[in-house]
Amino acid sequence: MSTKTITLTLKVWRQNRSRKKGGFEIYTARDISTDMSFLEMLDVVNEDLVLSGKEPIAFDHDCREGICGMCGAVVDGQAHGPLKETTLCQLHMRHFKNGDTVVIEPWRARAFPVVKDLVVDRSAFDKIIAAGGYISAKTGGAQDANNILVGKEVADKAFNAAACIGCGACVAACPNASAMLFVGAKISHLGLLPQGRPEAKTRVQSMIRAMDRLGFGNCSNETECEAQCPKSISIREIARMNREFVKASFS
Amino acid sequence: MNWFIDTFRTSLGKKLLMAVTGLGFLGFIIVHLLGNLTLYAGHEGVFNAYVAKLHQYEALILVAEIGLFALAVIHVTTGLLLFLANRSARSVRYAVTKSGGGRTVGSATMPYTGLAILLFVILHLSNFTFADVTDRTMYDVVAATFSSWIYIIVYVAAVVAVAIHVRHGFWSLFQTIGLNHEKYMPALRAISVALAVILGVGFGLIPIYIGIIV
Ligand code: HEM
Ligand code: SF4
Ligand code: FES
Repeated sequence: MSTKTITLTLKVWRQNRSRKKGGFEIYTARDISTDMSFLEMLDVVNEDLVLSGKEPIAFDHDCREGICGMCGAVVDGQAHGPLKETTLCQLHMRHFKNGDTVVIEPWRARAFPVVKDLVVDRSAFDKIIAAGGYISAKTGGAQDANNILVGKEVADKAFNAAACIGCGACVAACPNASAMLFVGAKISHLGLLPQGRPEAKTRVQSMIRAMDRLGFGNCSNETECEAQCPKSISIREIARMNREFVKASFS
Repeated sequence: MNWFIDTFRTSLGKKLLMAVTGLGFLGFIIVHLLGNLTLYAGHEGVFNAYVAKLHQYEALILVAEIGLFALAVIHVTTGLLLFLANRSARSVRYAVTKSGGGRTVGSATMPYTGLAILLFVILHLSNFTFADVTDRTMYDVVAATFSSWIYIIVYVAAVVAVAIHVRHGFWSLFQTIGLNHEKYMPALRAISVALAVILGVGFGLIPIYIGIIV
């Protein structure tokens, strides 16, 4: 197998601590194999930085196979880069051309303060989940799974919503820094299933209020979230959340 | 009452206010266009008869005017609150932004087309609603206004702003109130475009047409 290599110019956001002002630094990513992932390309750049005694670029990652939701940066103005339905760790360098200049920025939202360079603090998402993104079940012997029947269509819909990996790209991509796609996905995935129905009313009320308190913006149906979400969660999940909210508020 | 106020203080509550008041405006603007189509008769009698008929329902008109004013207060103040909150939700801007294909001209400009409409409505009310018609007909007022090409340009521009606002606003209001299903959303999106074109052409040609025939 022949491997092609490319050389890129990177403009990377560097920021020391969340309070300090950051800025762009320019690096050259030399002889990058097009079979590498975007994160592996950053690994190569970091190796050079370390060898020359400089601080490596900080970025989040874990599984590197598109399922954990840890990675992510805005690459050339798009969350997780130019490829649709792809996390940054699954974006491969063959989608870039030799000589390209690539601008890499962290998620930008007041609710996601920068920790360092490309790493942002997404604990606001955890706080929204803690406000109601769960079901209360008594522990003890598990009942037979077949006691609660779930239709295939409903199960599929719930599963589609549950595909959200909590990466935060929707917030990053939204012109209003709104978290409604994430919250909509969680409300849908729990609310569609019988186990989630008993707490549906309190769940939507408290999760929405938590989202508002944390300083996320308001959806204006720009649909950039759906377009840039690596799991292509649909804005229909936001509509379902809106329905749940109306039901919960007026009944 | 507490739960009621509390509901509309949330982000989703404010969005619902925008959707419901926007729908109210849409109802008004469609009826307004139907009435104004009488101007295309090319004969002032038809339009003046329509105006006369309208004024027979004095009480009804007053109720409608109060209702529209309330809608305007809610739509404009809530829109402003959302706009400011959305701006502050991203304190540091991106150096580079690129659409993933979601945004449209309409969706990206809602606060600006909205502001343009607000300014226009003030001008429009002072031109017509508050015009003195003691010794002339409403048609005379319309004809006098559109004898000036500056007014023609301002009115056509305002109508374009309305069309762009409605192009996003129509389907968007259904999404906001939770009505989005793959069965009917494509139709709602198509109606958005059709409505924008109908309003744009229907209203937009009036100043030009009147400007030509007077
Ligand atoms: C002919 C008059 C108008 C009509 C028919 C109209 C209609 C609408 C509709 C249907 C929406 C969509 C609501 C939603 O997404 O749920 C909307 C949104 C909006 N309107 Fe209007 N509107 C009008 C005038 C105005 C004015 C005068 C302003 C402000 C000065 C304004 C500002 C806005 C803003 C900022 C939004 C976006 C709200 C958001 O989703 O965050 N509009 N309008
Ligand atoms: S909805 Fe999509 S973009 Fe948003 S957190 Fe979930 S997976 Fe990420
Ligand atoms: S590192 Fe787990 S999704 Fe990218």
